[in-house]
Amino acid sequence: MLRVSLREISAALKEGQVTPTELCQRCLSFIKATKFLNAYITIAEETALKQAEESEERYRRGQILGDLDGIPVAVKDNFNTAGIETTCASNMLKGYIPPYNATVVQKLLDQGAVLLGKTNLDEFAMGSGSTDGIFGPVRNPWSYSRQYRDKCVQNSHPEKEDSNWLITGGSSGGSAAAVSSFTCFAALGSDTGGSTRNPAAHCGVVGLKPTYGLISRHGLIPLVNSMDVPGILTRCVDDAAIVLGVLAGHDPKDSTTVQDPFKSFELTCFTDASKLCIGIPKEYHAPGLSSETLALWSKAADLFENAGAKVIEVSLPHTRYSVVCYHVLCTSEVASNMARFDGLEYGHRSSMDKSTEVMYAATRREGFNDVVRGRILSGNYFLLKQNYENYFIKAQKVRRLIAKDFVNVFHSGIDVLLTPTTLSDTIPYVEFIKEDNRTRSAQDDIFTQAANMAGLPAITVPTALSEKGLPVGLQFIGRAFQEQQLLTVAKWFEKQVKFPMIQLQGIMDHGHTVSHHQKSAFFS
Amino acid sequence: MAASILRRCWGSLLAQRCRTGDVPVLHNGQTWRRAQAPGSIASGRRAGNSPAGERGVAPWVAVVGLEIHAQISSNSKLFSGSQVQFAAPPNSLVSFFDASLPGTLPALNRRCVEAAVMTGLALNCRINKKSLFDRKHYFYADLPAGYQITQQRLPVAVNGSLSYSLCVGGKKNQMVTRTVRIKQIQLEQDSGKSLHDDTRSQTLIDLNRAGVGLMEVVMEPDMSSGEEAAAAVRELQLILQTLGSSQAIMAEGQLRVDANVSVHHPGEAYGVRTEVKNINSARFLARAIDYEIQRQIKELENGQTVMNETRAFDYKLGCTIPMRDKEGKQDYRFMPEPNLPPLILYDSKSLPANMNHQQVVNIDWIRERLPDLPSVKRVKLVEQYGILPEHSFTLLNEDGLMEFFQNVVRQTQMNPKKVIGWILNDMLCYLKQHNLTVKESPVSSLLLADLLNLLERGAISSSAAKQVFEELWKGEGKTPLQIVKEKKLELIQDQQEFEQICQAVMEGHQEEVMEIKKGNRKVLNKLIGLVQRTTRGRADPVLVKQILEKRLSQ
Repeated sequence: MLRVSLREISAALKEGQVTPTELCQRCLSFIKATKFLNAYITIAEETALKQAEESEERYRRGQILGDLDGIPVAVKDNFNTAGIETTCASNMLKGYIPPYNATVVQKLLDQGAVLLGKTNLDEFAMGSGSTDGIFGPVRNPWSYSRQYRDKCVQNSHPEKEDSNWLITGGSSGGSAAAVSSFTCFAALGSDTGGSTRNPAAHCGVVGLKPTYGLISRHGLIPLVNSMDVPGILTRCVDDAAIVLGVLAGHDPKDSTTVQDPFKSFELTCFTDASKLCIGIPKEYHAPGLSSETLALWSKAADLFENAGAKVIEVSLPHTRYSVVCYHVLCTSEVASNMARFDGLEYGHRSSMDKSTEVMYAATRREGFNDVVRGRILSGNYFLLKQNYENYFIKAQKVRRLIAKDFVNVFHSGIDVLLTPTTLSDTIPYVEFIKEDNRTRSAQDDIFTQAANMAGLPAITVPTALSEKGLPVGLQFIGRAFQEQQLLTVAKWFEKQVKFPMIQLQGIMDHGHTVSHHQKSAFFS
Repeated sequence: MAASILRRCWGSLLAQRCRTGDVPVLHNGQTWRRAQAPGSIASGRRAGNSPAGERGVAPWVAVVGLEIHAQISSNSKLFSGSQVQFAAPPNSLVSFFDASLPGTLPALNRRCVEAAVMTGLALNCRINKKSLFDRKHYFYADLPAGYQITQQRLPVAVNGSLSYSLCVGGKKNQMVTRTVRIKQIQLEQDSGKSLHDDTRSQTLIDLNRAGVGLMEVVMEPDMSSGEEAAAAVRELQLILQTLGSSQAIMAEGQLRVDANVSVHHPGEAYGVRTEVKNINSARFLARAIDYEIQRQIKELENGQTVMNETRAFDYKLGCTIPMRDKEGKQDYRFMPEPNLPPLILYDSKSLPANMNHQQVVNIDWIRERLPDLPSVKRVKLVEQYGILPEHSFTLLNEDGLMEFFQNVVRQTQMNPKKVIGWILNDMLCYLKQHNLTVKESPVSSLLLADLLNLLERGAISSSAAKQVFEELWKGEGKTPLQIVKEKKLELIQDQQEFEQICQAVMEGHQEEVMEIKKGNRKVLNKLIGLVQRTTRGRADPVLVKQILEKRLSQ
């Protein structure tokens, strides 16, 4: 039952096939059974059960709050949750219990959703592996899938050998793993340079980064304010649309949200692809792109073309400056945003208190990991009076050019861009940590970060399994505030590719295997 | 949130405080005089060994610029909904944003923007229809976010001017008007307050003030003395209070002045400047600046150099002292505030038709509703009442005095030119003596008007009027007429009674009468005085003189 979509479970709840409490308990016990994935930092068992009970009462009285009533969800641990510890996977905020809910969390709760817990991430969302948090790395559920084990593990290692487990990607790896392993029906991530889409692709789930300004950031502990967007991770595109409908809209507490009212939509299946114009940015044919992913990408393009859509190669000429530009802007904002963590008002405070300055320094040294401290250092360097003009201002100008590239392409008649989400399928942890965080982030964000620079909506859709039996996702980038068009295309694509469901060996106790998505028609 | 407590190094400031003995004390600027050129200062030293000495009395010119932080009068803070209130219990007015809880975002308070626009218009500024917010970074315990949100690159108002007047000349009897250019007005957040407990090596933090809206008014270095700076600040204060954009009460920290001071010889480049910080009292503003000017001159004449540093004025010692510099030279690492879109203002032309008026700020709308500014009020006072310009200044300088004056004038037949004398000489004098504000005056405008009416009607003499005023000051609730009756102060109206009294006085002073009759007219005054004494001031001196002269000539 846990493996169905949000829409399906919502229907089941309405029909009384399952009660919110039952559902919540099943999820909670499954979270415990999959604890080794390290997807959750905090399990809010008590409040979740209470919320489920309240939901049950509403169902009994026939007064449900919305489609999410009684649906178990998970939230990345960089969103504030009132009364529930919010750590950002950092010593700095370990034990920190916020007094308020992030707007997106509040909106979920107002719809009757059941908050199961807080999911794991890289410290302060700085990373692309979900490997650099104080609670340890997240393990990709696909490491334990029959699809992967059949193809890979048997050759080299004995069955029980665990050293080859795979990373989820990041930084919202906990949320991606949670959705992928069926412990919740939807999860919130955050997306600054690809942090929702990257792990979604690696974990075989849908990851949506909405347009900047469409969803409130109030209560999201920031990485880069000008690029952060709450992300949505679900099992299918329809579910993402449902959650988007709940979360989108102006928030007086976030001045960067747009004032226009958001009309939530239900996705229709389009039948006529001939009016559609798909752009294939040639610059995304980047070094390091695996041949497998490349083949999938071009196969997907063919798919559209065969259905009657126009598929056109386009150019986004400033793409190659994106990584370095992102580095300057990101670290600068990080340096600024992290200044508040001084040990005075909240969070960790060092016991070294000879003077305020000594206390600040010790607190920040003890509270932040090397990655965070490194970014603070470079960011402060870029913001120095003598460097500001040469780095920050230049990076802002390049950012404008990157955004303009997209405007030009969309202006020329392209509806949606189709690109890879990641260079390849995911890799084992032992491989991943051979490179440092900075190198990895630069590599792994390559296809995703430009959408953040330009503020555009983008979605990754699980497409097929690689030769190793691991998920590969493709990304669609849409016009600003045109989520409906973007998701409609994504849904059509999703339907064509029939991505196979993960088969978790020995984890799922309740043995009913499913069913309609079992075989990939697309690339098997 | 409980007050955070921590230890800090606070010894350095104390250690650097100058000893009183070392400090040359200035008495009202009398240690220096204005030289021939306006704004230049003769040092008064003729030391042959000083470089200046070679040119005789070398004039020094002082250059003074001001940065003034005015707290915006608003119900809530600049970017949060917390209340703004003076002297509330510590940390009782702190929102999550004010304490910089992670994930909180700023939301701009419209009232603060309107106050800044209003002030900008009153100071003849160009209002920027688009302005931006920036982050200014520095670590300090009462700055919870580690940065202040301010307007460094593109402030809300620029290029204005402020005219102010001051008394010059040896007797301070000549009024001149000067103008200082306003560089810009920027919106920014206030910080919290640090309370340093030296004995326990602790700092207590109060965040009530953190995030309160400030207007920083930056004045160009167009002034040359403490007196000018004080006059400019006073005029600004009056303007802010008239607009209601700030209460501008210095004692409550709503108006804080930093002064940039340097000295140089005319025709030479400007000298190295120092910044005198946080002058929180109108009384000390001129003194602090003049002290700093003198200190720099003295340093330079002794062959020393002036360092580019921040100094604080110690009002107890009457001198400026170097401040513990916040880690030497600061790089504030300015950066655009990413959480606030550009601040867009409209005028009636650019206002989009479908825009909700509650959500936008219309410059023209504000301009049309600007109240009369102090300068206009003064001109009107002079024109309407025929009083002297300097009197109009005094009327405006005391809070409520102008209204008091106008009320008295409205309720009496007395000429306003005479009323102003009573207001400025008697009323104000009493208020000052008793350290009261106009509002606290026990003599209301109505009572004073009644009194002046009695005087004007000739019911009492002016000396009797002063007695009545003194009685009124006691605040016993009696009307002037009651007091006059009780004390029998009314002028003697009965001609016969008058004649009798005069007759009696003449009879009692035959010698004087003889003198007068011989032609010594001066003695007449003595007789008048005697009549006055007999009547205890109830006699109209003009009438007395007439009667006496008539009788003497008989």
